[in-house]
Amino acid sequence: MVLPARRQNRKESRPAMSEIEKTIPIEVLRYRPEQDTEPVLQTFQVPFTDDMSVLQGLQYIKDYLDGSLSFRWSCRMAICGSCGMMVNGIPSLSCKTFLSDYYPAGLRIEALAHFPIERDLVIVMDDFIEKLESIKPYIIPKTPRALSEGEYLQTPAERDVYEQFSSCINCMLCYAACPQYGLNSKFVGPGIMALLHRYNMDSRDGGAEQRMELVHSEDGVFNCTAVGYCSEVCPKHVDPGNAVNINKTESAKDYFLRFVMPKGSNSGAAK
Amino acid sequence: MSANLKRSNAPIFWLLFGAGGMLSALLGPMLVFITGIAIPLGLILSPDAMSYAHMQAFAHHWLGAGFVWVIVSLFLWHAGHRIFHSLHDIGIHAGTTAKLICYGIPLVATIVAARAALVSLT
Amino acid sequence: MKPRAIGKRRPYVRPMAGWWRKNPYFVEYMIHEGSAFFVAAYALVLLVGLLRLSQGEAAWNGWLFALHSPLSIAGHLLLLAAMLYHAWTWFNIMPITLPPIFVAGKRLSASAITAGGVAATVLASVILLLVVWRLTS
Repeated sequence: MVLPARRQNRKESRPAMSEIEKTIPIEVLRYRPEQDTEPVLQTFQVPFTDDMSVLQGLQYIKDYLDGSLSFRWSCRMAICGSCGMMVNGIPSLSCKTFLSDYYPAGLRIEALAHFPIERDLVIVMDDFIEKLESIKPYIIPKTPRALSEGEYLQTPAERDVYEQFSSCINCMLCYAACPQYGLNSKFVGPGIMALLHRYNMDSRDGGAEQRMELVHSEDGVFNCTAVGYCSEVCPKHVDPGNAVNINKTESAKDYFLRFVMPKGSNSGAAK
Repeated sequence: MSANLKRSNAPIFWLLFGAGGMLSALLGPMLVFITGIAIPLGLILSPDAMSYAHMQAFAHHWLGAGFVWVIVSLFLWHAGHRIFHSLHDIGIHAGTTAKLICYGIPLVATIVAARAALVSLT
Repeated sequence: MKPRAIGKRRPYVRPMAGWWRKNPYFVEYMIHEGSAFFVAAYALVLLVGLLRLSQGEAAWNGWLFALHSPLSIAGHLLLLAAMLYHAWTWFNIMPITLPPIFVAGKRLSASAITAGGVAATVLASVILLLVVWRLTS
């Protein structure tokens, strides 16, 4: 869960001390369940160069100042979605946020908002994972298809319909940006809706009807009040808020037309 | 997570909210300007534009009566739904009292406005 | 969701109180949500007018007289500002709330959707003013 610092690699990327002139104060919200009753802020003075990300600042703290600091990270290049945290109150990927932008005032780093804190900057993501599983985030064939029938064909136009929503990296920044999720964690939330929509809109998929039950439900899309901040913070321009709101329209259509339309004809967004 | 898959009745209120929101965005500013600023001050429009004779003729036509009824009721359904969610936002959760006020007022106003519009029609 | 308790695990859930004060984006959200009070207030003014109209000339003239008071005009200036702010924020969020719109095979940009909404309000306002002017002159 929390990757050990890899000192070998660090030696290569860490600038020689003589090059470093500037230090920046980084305030980190610490929470060590065995000793803290509630989270507390701790400030570290971190030497930095202009090319250092916030994540690299945290790695410096872990390697040289306090090895007990816990945080998640993996790819360092904004594709794994592991290092989301609040930087000065804004949900951010710490690997693509730079220390120099906060110099000299410094910055405050907290665990992603709206999730329980496991330890320091590590959140409990069980709820997100369970929701992710529940929407069947994979293509459900319309009819069983034999291998001998070959691959599915999809035109570029058919792909364009869902491509944007397939860029989600499950970083959960949108959940940290969504007050409705913070107020009621039963709400399906933005990122999961983006993925649900991605599969519903796929010309190869036939699973929309199964997925729409959650969309229509009391935990579904109508908990959204169109704050829009989810789409604002998304590092991959997925626009999860749009996925939620497109499905409000779809859900409302189904709500009123289900008695006049044959079942299944209006489940999921129009393809 | 154990999702509550009970179907939500929100689409009814969401649709009224959306219709009222769109209508007030399109016509709200000019309506306020006409009835509350321009006519009382005699700007652009004649000061007797809302005279009893004018308004009676306006409300006597089903289009005029219907227009006012739609504006009054949809504006209130929009506002009620939005305020209901704002109460949730500040930590006052969807209680019966909140529901009764936020959706009860628009409902009563819709009926009262319809009755008044029908009286003016005839 | 209840995190499973294992060993020293004691997940900390942060309170939500005052969440909207912590980010300018949320402050703006709460303000534009608050425009609903002004939309409701104006609807109630019209509702009273509609009731007065159905009660005869004297009742109607009383309502009309009240509209001429400086307090009413000041109130309507405030309502106008709130209504304009509501319209702007409504169209500003529309790129997120509307399904994608394609014109000539290309997806309409967010700024084009907002500009389209504002243009629709300008057009509707001009038409409304012209109709009222024609009906009353």
